[in-house]
Order: sequence, then C-alpha cells, then structure tokens
Amino acid sequence: MLMPVPDAGVIARREELAAALRAVVPTVLSDEDSRRPYETDGLTAYRQMPLLVALPETTAQVAAALKICGAFGAKVVPRGAGTSLSGGALPLGDGVLLGLAKFNRILDIDFANRCVVAQPGVANLSITKAVESRGFYYAPDPSSQVVCSIGGNVAENAGGVHCLKYGMTTNNVLGVEAVLMSGEVVRLGGKHLDAGDYDLLGVLTGSEGLLAVVTEVTVRILRKPETARALLIGFAAVEAAGECVARIIAAGIIPAGMELMDRPAIHAAEAFTHAGYPLDAAAILIVELDGPAVEAEELSRRAADIARAVGATSVRASANDAERVKFWAGRKAAFPAVGRISPDYYCMDGTIPRRKLPEVLAHIATLSQHYGLGVANVFHAGDGNLHPLILYDANKAGELERAEAFGADILKQCVAVGGVLTGEHGVGVEKRDLMGEMFDQADLDQQQMLKCAFDPAGALNPGKVFPTLHRCAELGRVHVHGGEARFPDVPRL
Amino acid sequence: MRPTTADAVEDAVATAAAHGRTLEVRAGGSKVGLGNPIQAHDVLDLSALSGIVDYDPAELVLTARAATPMSEIDAALRARGQHLAFEPPDYRRLLGGGGAPTLGGVLASNLSGPRRIAAGAARDHFLGLHAVSGRGQVFKSGGRVVKNVTGYDLSKLLAGSFGTLAVLTEVTVKVMPAPEDCCTVLVLGLSAESAVELLCAMTALPLDITGLAHLPNGLAARSGVRLVAGAECPITALRLEGIAVSVGARLLRLREAIVERGARHDDTAILGPEDTEMLWGEIRDGLLLPPGVVWKVSVPPAEGARVAAAIAARQHCDVLYDWAGGLLWVALHGQSASPDSVRGVLARSGGHATLVRAPMSERERCPAFQPLSGPLRALSQRVKHAFDPVGVLNPGRMVS
Repeated sequence: MLMPVPDAGVIARREELAAALRAVVPTVLSDEDSRRPYETDGLTAYRQMPLLVALPETTAQVAAALKICGAFGAKVVPRGAGTSLSGGALPLGDGVLLGLAKFNRILDIDFANRCVVAQPGVANLSITKAVESRGFYYAPDPSSQVVCSIGGNVAENAGGVHCLKYGMTTNNVLGVEAVLMSGEVVRLGGKHLDAGDYDLLGVLTGSEGLLAVVTEVTVRILRKPETARALLIGFAAVEAAGECVARIIAAGIIPAGMELMDRPAIHAAEAFTHAGYPLDAAAILIVELDGPAVEAEELSRRAADIARAVGATSVRASANDAERVKFWAGRKAAFPAVGRISPDYYCMDGTIPRRKLPEVLAHIATLSQHYGLGVANVFHAGDGNLHPLILYDANKAGELERAEAFGADILKQCVAVGGVLTGEHGVGVEKRDLMGEMFDQADLDQQQMLKCAFDPAGALNPGKVFPTLHRCAELGRVHVHGGEARFPDVPRL
Repeated sequence: MRPTTADAVEDAVATAAAHGRTLEVRAGGSKVGLGNPIQAHDVLDLSALSGIVDYDPAELVLTARAATPMSEIDAALRARGQHLAFEPPDYRRLLGGGGAPTLGGVLASNLSGPRRIAAGAARDHFLGLHAVSGRGQVFKSGGRVVKNVTGYDLSKLLAGSFGTLAVLTEVTVKVMPAPEDCCTVLVLGLSAESAVELLCAMTALPLDITGLAHLPNGLAARSGVRLVAGAECPITALRLEGIAVSVGARLLRLREAIVERGARHDDTAILGPEDTEMLWGEIRDGLLLPPGVVWKVSVPPAEGARVAAAIAARQHCDVLYDWAGGLLWVALHGQSASPDSVRGVLARSGGHATLVRAPMSERERCPAFQPLSGPLRALSQRVKHAFDPVGVLNPGRMVS
C-alpha cells in the first residue's frame, strides 16, 4: 500500500510541532509507547506510527490544532474509536493523529424534537442507552456499536443490519458542527429537517475524514418498535435463499433485517454459539419483522409462506424474544466465530444487485479454489451487501497477499455485475486502488475538486479514498477532451 | 438547445462555458417559479432526456433519464405496487405554472411531502446519478444499489442544488412498496399550540404515524374533503398507513391515545382511504393555501407553534403545520413586510425559511433561500466553484 511520500521537513520539525500543539491542546503524545495504540485501526493488516497524537477536548482546541498543523504543513488524520474496517484512521508517519475520544459527552437529549446532540467520541450504543428508558433508540447499528463512535459513524456513513428499513447514518443525522482545515467552524443542519441551501451535511457524511473534523453530532431518535419477530429459514441451495429474499421484497415486505449465511458461516457460527442453526442447510436466512404486534405477526406469516413456496427445508418462527435473540446470536457472532476456525480473516464489503447473488457466490467459490483460501459468506441480503470473510494465516508467507488479491477480485466482480466496492465499511486505504474499477478519471476529478473546496492544501487524511492525489491547482484546469483542450483560444477564468 | 443525449448536454455546457454564456437548466419547467429568478443567455431544455432506463421492483431501485415525467414514473411504480416513499409534491397549482414535473426536477429541488418525517426526504432516496458539471464534463456518482458508501455522496449535494452545480442526465432512486391501506384520524378544534403538542406526543408512541399536520380554520375550509371543510374549526390530522390489519389496530390505539390526552371522542373523526389520499395530497401540494405570498419554514417540530406565533405577531398570515410542527407553510396576507418578518424569528429556534411564491417584484428583492454568512457562505461558494467555476448553470438561482 503506497502512502503519500512523507514530508521530511515536517518530520524534522516534530518537536517544534509538538510544542506548538501542547500550547493549545492539553494532551499531545509524542513518546513511542503512548503513540503505539494508535498505529492501526480495525484493519490491522496495516500499521503506521503517527508523528504525534493530539487529543483535544473542545472545538476551540480542534480549531487551534488544525491551524497549527496547517501552518507547519503537517497532515492530519482524524480518529474516533479506531474501528474502521477500511483503514480510514490509519496514521501517517508525517501526520498528526487527531483523536476525538475525549469528546465523550451527550450534550442534549430532546425527546420533544426526537433528537440527541452528542459529542463525536460518544459510542453509538451509548445514544440508545441514554434514551431507551423512554422507549426510544438510535437506529443505525454497526456491529461494533458498543465501541464505535458517532463521529466515526458520520465520517464513514456507517450502516448495520437494520439499514434497509431504517437507513444508514446519513439518513439519521440531522446536524453537525465541524471544523475545516483552516480552523473555521461551521454548523450544518440542526434539530430541523433539510438544508436551506446546499446540503453540505449530506456530502460531509461518509466523506471518510477528508473534508472536515466533526466536533458535534445531532441525530434523530426513533420510537422503538413494539414487537420484533424473527424467522430462521433453511435452504438446500443458496439460489433458493436468494429467490426467497427477492419474493419477500416483491411482496411489499420490508423486513427490519434480512441476513443470509452460507454453509461455512453457518457451521462456524453454530459451533461457537449453538444458536440452533440447521447444519444440513446450504444457506440460512434470518428474517426479522418488526412493528405493532399484529403487523409483525401477519408479515412473518406471509414471509414464512413465501419461504415454503420457494422450497425452504426448514422454517422456524421465534416464539418469544429470547428465541429471537438466539436466532441472531449466531449471525452477530459470525465474525468472531470465523476467527476461531482461522488464524486470520479478511472481511469484504461489496454491494450487488440481489438478483446476481448466485452468480457472485459461484464466482467466489471458484476464486476460493484458485487462491487456495477458504471463505465464509454472510450477507445483508435485504440490501445486497455482501460480507465474504476470507480465511488466511498471516504467519504463512504470502497468504496475506493472496487474501488481498482474492478480496480485490471479489470487489471487481461486484462492480462488474452492477454493484459497488463498499456498502458500509468505506473505501479508506483498503479499496482506494480499486476506485478506478467503479469510477473513471472525470468522476474522481470531480470528487477531488469538492475536496479542494473544503481542504485546498489536501492536508486532511490524504492517502485515503483516492488512488492518486492531485494538487487543487492542477484539477482546476479545464478538462482535456479527446487529447485536446476544447476551445484552446478562449481565455479561462 | 434541446440535447437528446448526455454527450450532447456535455457539448452544450462546454460550449457555453467556453463562450461565456449562461444557461437556464430546464426539464419539465413546472418549477421555474421556485428559487431566485434567473437571468440566463439560453435555455438548456432537457425534455428529450426522458424514459425509464431500468426498473426491477425486487431490487427496490429505478433508473431513469432525468427529464422523465413524474406521471410516467408514478404509473410504472403503481403497476408494481411500489412508490417513492418521500411523497414527491406537485407544485404546479401552487406556483401557477404549467409544464410537467420530472424526476430530475423533484430531486434537484429536494422536494418531499408529508411522509418526509417518517420515510426521509427526496435526498434520502437519491442513490446515484450521471451529470454534466458546469465545466462541461460528464461525471457519475453513487450507484444502482440501495446501500453504497463508495466515494463522496454527491447525490446528497446535488439534491436541492436547483441545477446550479451540475445538469442531471440520469438518476437512480430507491423505491419502496406502497402501503396497502391507509386512514386518517382527525381531531377537531385544537389550538395550534395544543395541536403541535399532541402531534409531538403521538410520535413518541409506537404507531408509525406517517402524516402529522394541523390546519387552522380558514385553511381547512378550503379542503375538498367534506368532513374537513365542513367542520368549521381547526383540524389536526394524523395518517396511518400499512397492511390493513395493522392500520386497523393502530387506528383504535391512536384514537384511544388522543382521547386519553383530553380530546372528547366526539371531537375525533376518521377518514377512509379516498379522503385520506385527497387531504394529504392537498397538504403535500400546498393546495389549501390562499392566494398570495407563501413561505416554507423548517424548524425543530416542538418549536413550530411558537415560531408561527412570532411570525403572526409581525405580519398577518395563515399557517399550515406539517411534519408534526417541523414544517410551517406560511401564507401572508398581503406582501412580505420584509424577509425579516419571517427569517428574523428563526434566530432562537434554528431552522430556515424559503420563499416559495411571491410576485416577481418581491422575488427580485428577497432571496428565496436562507442567506448564509461567514465561513459557511464562503464554503458554499467554493463548492459552487468546484462544480461550476465560471457560473454557467442557473446563474443566481440559489445565491443572489
């Protein structure tokens, strides 16, 4: 993984930069031992010690720190809880890692307006915990929700198993306060709906820390559904499971969650959690219906009928909430369960049109043989988001590289069948060099011109998302069409 | 100029940019009256970029060329029991314009109806696009699947940018199953303050209410729904949608909850599916508003009644409340005394006000969109520059 060439000048001025930052930020870590915990995020295959770690506690400190970094020409990598699965918070050797962990307070719980204002370091699940006594919750639920931060969720536009019905982070964020690389503070949105001008909140969400540093987040909270029922459905073939998903949706049912697991994932999860999964099945579906009791009951009956009609080999409906939780236990523990059967695993995150599922799974099986590496598939089937877990052993020479090549081939196939590189984990460093599979140069140039509007020096989280970095002045040039600049004699503004 | 392909749009914009000419971007032309008036050299007529490109109901995704009429989109979706959940409005009668609303136009102006509070806005259903920037460069963003975080989410930025950043040529939207059944509970005779309190309280119940509005006396009288028009009092309306068995069960509980909060049972009434469709259509399209200047004001819902009262204290007006109080349709009696009579009251509550309908003289002196200031204004100008550096597209439409 090629990162931007470290700036020797900045590295040489490390002590000077540390002193300047210490004048405005209470905690600046410079010795090796205290920087060590920050050298990687959730994508542990990549490691890099940051030049310095700064842990500001207020918006003013963030603004001051960014100004100082700007003045030194130092790069900045923002970090929430460091759970990114795409290397979004991977440090830079000549960059300051800006940790937002000390922004850990919930500032306002506003039930009347059904929203919560939180600092970015607050854990996703803490928001639900803060409002559940009144029957509310925060809907997006990435699997790391116990630790992942709401600021990181905004940066990555985090998803979860319930996004088909309740949306991703972007559909649940009402406002943010953010600091630009210039140190300027902007407020986007608030407790009201929609933007009065350009929707900068919409484009900041999911920008992977490349546009601004989020220092406050307002999210909407929802009334918890009254009932949830889950179906555990077994199939003799993956195709039948895919057909079942398509028919449920075509029947007008939007489940709260609809998860598919293939045989290796079923076996790993069952051995780990004893959730009661049918071990003879080639695939299982967990379909959760929620809402008022009569609705959840009726829809679960309709979904079960559809499952039988497409030839399900087993259909079980949860009789109570304990059983529903048990059905989910295996799926929720799928990653650690796979971690038990393989020394390492590499989690992919493409999205495909669901009708392409059998084709893509067959291709993954072929690739698995080709690379000599096992794979277990879990799939947010409702929204077409595939999570193949590639099994490898980092201690065996060449296996990591083979796993990466295997993963890249899967993602290329996702794009080839009309899908995308990443459904919820982000591009980060991991999928950066695959962006050309999905976008051509003009697409990427337009995105980078937007980056220039926020961060003209390109100092915020460089080396992520974009395979090649352009200086903003280069991008500003009028494009060249068919090898020739159009109207070369016309003066440009 | 009436290009028939995205490449021809690219040529048209690049040529205009190179020759210092400006373009008014127009698809169906039904929302020409929305936003600031435009002074452009030429009209870029997109109406030939029409037609559904791909629609697979089981994928919940529809791709169409940008100027596809909404009537065509609606018909295709209805045939498969689906709809656009954000309830796109039709402002033709409100704005007094002709033309046919198009999918691209709805997205470019990020217009959503009463269900926005439950299902999200147009921007939340806008998955991907092909467009031509003000540089005269074709580009794409997003995808044709419902879940995607690859690259910046330019769909969100272009939604509500009123054609000032790029010309949409093809768009992909998320579609959802249409509800099987619906009904509306009416509560008669509440003051605006009590109504907003009730609406906010009802959203705290697990009843999935998809419309929460309040009509003062004078506006309710303009409804085509007999029960609403004939009530001769303010009307508070709550809509339930979904499968029949669920709508029925929730209806009983909602009515109970309303009575528990002090309403007399006799002061509640129920509308069936036909009347429900008519009433929420009237609310969605602004049809209950009297002639004259109209503002749309977005505020935190619980502040709705207070903000409306503050506006009314400065200037006579009727206010229709949607989104549980979060959206105020303010119909002024006479001209705006000044934009401050509406925007001036938002400092405490937060939110923004958009001038939706006014005589040309007033549109020329009053910015249609909430003016920005400080670093945010500068940032928005840099964003405009990133897409349209020489200002070819819809000059003045958003920034006066």
